[in-house]
Amino acid sequence: MSDLTSLSLHRALQGYRKGDFSCRELIQAYLERIQNLDFDLNAYLYTDSEGALKAAEIADQRFAAWRKFPDSELPPLLGIPIAVKDILCVKGMPCTCGSRILEGFVPPYNATAVERLLAAGAILLGKTNTDEFAMGSSTENSAYGVTRNPWNRERVPGGSSGGSAAAVAARLAPLALGTDTGGSVRQPASFCGVSGIKPTYGRVSRYGLVAYGSSLDVVGAFGREVQEVAMVFELMAGLDRRDATTVDLPVPHVNFDQPIDLRTIRVGVPKEYFLPGMQPDVEQAIRQAIVKLQELGAQIEEISLPHTEYALPVYYLIAPAEASANLARYDGIRYGPRLSAETMWDIFYRTRGEKFGAEVKRRIMLGTYALSAGYYDAYYGKAQKVRTLIKQDFERAFQTVDVIAAPIAPTTAFPIGEHTDDPLAMYLEDVFTLPANLAGVPGLAFPVGFDQQGLPIGMQLMGNYFQEELLFRIAHTYQLATDWHLRTP
Amino acid sequence: MSLTREQVDHIARLARLNLSDEERERYREQLSAILEHFQRLQELDTENVPPTFRAVESHRQPRPDEVQDSLPRAELLSNAPEVEQNQFRVPPILD
Repeated sequence: MSDLTSLSLHRALQGYRKGDFSCRELIQAYLERIQNLDFDLNAYLYTDSEGALKAAEIADQRFAAWRKFPDSELPPLLGIPIAVKDILCVKGMPCTCGSRILEGFVPPYNATAVERLLAAGAILLGKTNTDEFAMGSSTENSAYGVTRNPWNRERVPGGSSGGSAAAVAARLAPLALGTDTGGSVRQPASFCGVSGIKPTYGRVSRYGLVAYGSSLDVVGAFGREVQEVAMVFELMAGLDRRDATTVDLPVPHVNFDQPIDLRTIRVGVPKEYFLPGMQPDVEQAIRQAIVKLQELGAQIEEISLPHTEYALPVYYLIAPAEASANLARYDGIRYGPRLSAETMWDIFYRTRGEKFGAEVKRRIMLGTYALSAGYYDAYYGKAQKVRTLIKQDFERAFQTVDVIAAPIAPTTAFPIGEHTDDPLAMYLEDVFTLPANLAGVPGLAFPVGFDQQGLPIGMQLMGNYFQEELLFRIAHTYQLATDWHLRTP
Repeated sequence: MSLTREQVDHIARLARLNLSDEERERYREQLSAILEHFQRLQELDTENVPPTFRAVESHRQPRPDEVQDSLPRAELLSNAPEVEQNQFRVPPILD
């Protein structure tokens, strides 16, 4: 029955209702696939077979009851399995954030995003690998080993949500949650050939998301088709009293039954996103996808986002500064391992020095420096001002266009180990994803082609604040006309 | 832009990180290179630009200040490395 893992979300739900197969059978098919493939891919850090099968039985009972009373309402994701990035808290499942400093930590509560999906009937398969505290672009910074790209085992899956993207690409889960602070949903989606949403900042609650850069962090989702991603987004988005930065705006239901008329849509193509050094077949695939949108009726316009090049220094000052404060809580006192010492101060120094990985320490150092007396104005203060200029670039652009189409990364998935000795080279992988986080606007990634080596290439559509629905509908129209998203490794 | 050993020691102390000699030297080199690259921000005139601390403001009203249940103490202590008498145990912090 392992071909159950190739069903779309829609077909799976249809099959459940008709009784063609049970939730237990579908969950079992995914668990078997994980068992057969994940020793090699390392997409999961933890799987909960027992819990998932138990939940499947309960879901099967609900479908059986529903078949007797088909007018009764069913939760929208009843019996659908989902994987969760190991930086979101799930009650009773270990949460490591890819770090030794949280080894053994089991959260006593659920993240709001997780809670809402459980309420919608979803079944959690387990927790997926991530760069330590989401700091990285390749999943190589995980203390629990790199995740391998399902399209080529010698390549990274991207990061930081690399485990989630790889799990969806390899059909070890139909859906997965990720987080995007500087591109951590969109870039792995591109490297693994799947679709992924980075919502508007404040659209999805951060409660239960272990904090990295609090003014940038947002919970997102992966799926094979944008239609499936939209469903997860809708269910988890919206006001939450436990996160004061969530915004009190209605979350529209994305209506895919009525196709959008692309002739009414103006698509901006920012010239700053096409650099001389980028991989030629990436640029070609993006240009072709834009031509496709034009063929489908959209109006294409070249635009300028003039401060794009400054996003990298701005992000790598602001995010580490916020991280240096957020990660102060890991001190070996209340959770996680403790290295013994005579004094409490020495517990802090020893536990943090030994249990944080190299990249996390680097960013804590960088952020601490940027916030320290005498340097605050020159670094952190300056970065916050340039952030305003980046935000204004987007505000100006959205006066003339509806959405912005752009590459996600200058290359396809790079070889494991390529950038590990050069942090700045790794940071440069993020140049095209950082601006949306700094401005807070939503971005949707979806596959638009392959390079000469058969590695997937993704494109992002960025939208105005709270316009996720428009992004989903445009990308859905694109996916109806193309089959890139249907290819499997 | 080049950081000194003393600056690196100072930052590590502020961040409460024990670093080996090798780490100190590596971070000194890497952070110097990164900060050098970031100098380009100084090209921009931001004299009259306000800072953005958060890209989207939520404009939320504060909730009423009401007492609510919190998580049970036993659950919270279950993750602690050392517990004594239903409390987190730490070494003496006062002489």
